[in-house]
Amino acid sequence: MSPRRLRRFGPPLALGMALLLLWQAATLYLNIQDWLLPSPLQILQAGWQARGVMGPHVWQTIQETVIGFALALLAGLTLGMSIDYSHWLRRALYPLLVLSQTVPVIAIAPLLVIWFGYGILPKVLVVGLVCFFPIVVSTADGLRSADPDQIALLRTMGASRSDVFRLIRLPGALPSVFTGIKVGITYSVVGAIMGEWVGSSRGLGVFMLRATNAFRTDWVFVSIAITAALSVLLFGLVNLVERILLGWYYASRRTEEWAEVS
Amino acid sequence: MTQQALISVRNVSKAFSVEGRLVQAVDNVSLQAREREFVALIGPSGCGKSTLLNLIAGLMEPDQGEIALRGDRQTERLGRIGYMPQRDGLLPWRRLLENVTLGPEVMRRDLPAVREQALALLPLFGLQGFERSYPHELSGGMRQRAALLRTLLCEQEVVLLDEPFGALDALTRRTMRDWLLGIWERFQRTMLLVTHDVDEALLLSDRIYVLTPRPGRVALEIDVPLPRPRHEGLLNDPLFASSRESILTALREHDG
Ligand SMILES: Nc1ncnc2c1ncn2[C@@H]1O[C@H](COP(=O)(O)OP(=O)(O)O)[C@@H](O)[C@H]1O
Ligand SMILES: [Mg+2]
Repeated sequence: MSPRRLRRFGPPLALGMALLLLWQAATLYLNIQDWLLPSPLQILQAGWQARGVMGPHVWQTIQETVIGFALALLAGLTLGMSIDYSHWLRRALYPLLVLSQTVPVIAIAPLLVIWFGYGILPKVLVVGLVCFFPIVVSTADGLRSADPDQIALLRTMGASRSDVFRLIRLPGALPSVFTGIKVGITYSVVGAIMGEWVGSSRGLGVFMLRATNAFRTDWVFVSIAITAALSVLLFGLVNLVERILLGWYYASRRTEEWAEVS
Repeated sequence: MTQQALISVRNVSKAFSVEGRLVQAVDNVSLQAREREFVALIGPSGCGKSTLLNLIAGLMEPDQGEIALRGDRQTERLGRIGYMPQRDGLLPWRRLLENVTLGPEVMRRDLPAVREQALALLPLFGLQGFERSYPHELSGGMRQRAALLRTLLCEQEVVLLDEPFGALDALTRRTMRDWLLGIWERFQRTMLLVTHDVDEALLLSDRIYVLTPRPGRVALEIDVPLPRPRHEGLLNDPLFASSRESILTALREHDG
């Protein structure tokens, strides 16, 4: 690891390891029963043993998450751009979208099962509903924050409205859009699991429920660990795409930071 | 050489409503720029210089008066008049070469040819070897030169420069001023320069308009009596000194 990476990832890694050790020691020395709180090593062991059973469940959840998130991305970008496109749409859509966020998704999920059955569709929709809002807001705000001077400059070159959108507003909005995508993606896996709780025969959420009913606390923890790992993995992927697409943005921000300290 | 005005501004006024109050930014201003002429506008800050350039560029329309391009009042000015804004306006996500060819890209001209042309001009603009740099990697002077190259590559009939060196330190400013002189002599484009540096205006231009503080009116119009080609040595010329004196007097008379 390079020194910069070490400085960045070192502290959280060290703290995480310390907490795990503490947990392991506590379960060992305080004699806590397994069904109440298994030790990290026991969880690891249980996970390894259950890997064959869990595979299809995990795969199912991954599918729901990815498809649902793709849907959220599509809807979020479309709605964000529509809001930006016309004042009328902004005034009409924005309050409704905010209102939609006050209805708990967990209350809508059963309805989706009633309408669309027990297949993958209702779960995909739950993921979409959970993730789309931050993307809408960040897209609309990003497009709106374009520099009026740059727009004026482009107009003096004879640019049309679509030129301005393509050359100034869209690229300028990307950093903001990615912020929304990152907020959305962190909710996505949890969204899929909520969708599964309402009615499903496969998925991490189902596995979690069954483990709870069987008092297999170690399996519950395994599911939690996998949920977290999936979320972090997806977040990391988005981060990677962002770094590739927006290299200029991070480089210019670093220069600004330098200018501040120097 | 034709003496018809390329740009003529006649009795133009423009007011803004700021929090319900009407602020007169430009008041009954008339000015002209002939073909291949270098014209400077001098005035204190807030006197409506940028507003005047925005009007000429066609970004906004005057409340009163008229602006004609080659004698035509009806013509669409947007797209025909080059504008270098007060801040460089370089796009942070584009590399230098893509930034300076933005105009031709918008105008859907032959991009590979324009790129060739831009690359060939980079040394003259002190930007050789930086074609793949992002704006934040460039110094203030380099950014301004890139912005000017971007404006010139649009190949429009007139170029408006809004305090192009305003944000630079005094030393860089002087270097850039002498450099701009060379650029103008080479490109021979009609230019309208906004500045509040009297020496800069005198050294560069054929004609100078001095504007009053808000609302902006023309206080003085002066033909610069210095021969071309110009060079820094003219700063000590008696003709230079007397012109400078009359401009400073005009500025002082209308002060506050
Ligand atoms: N878009 C605008 N809306 C409201 N007021 C403006 C606008 N543009 C300029 N002004 C006002 O008009 C006056 C002249 O501004 P400006 O043309 O920028 O002056 P200068 O470029 O000479 O410093 C200022 O008082 C400014 O506040
Ligand atoms: Mg100004």
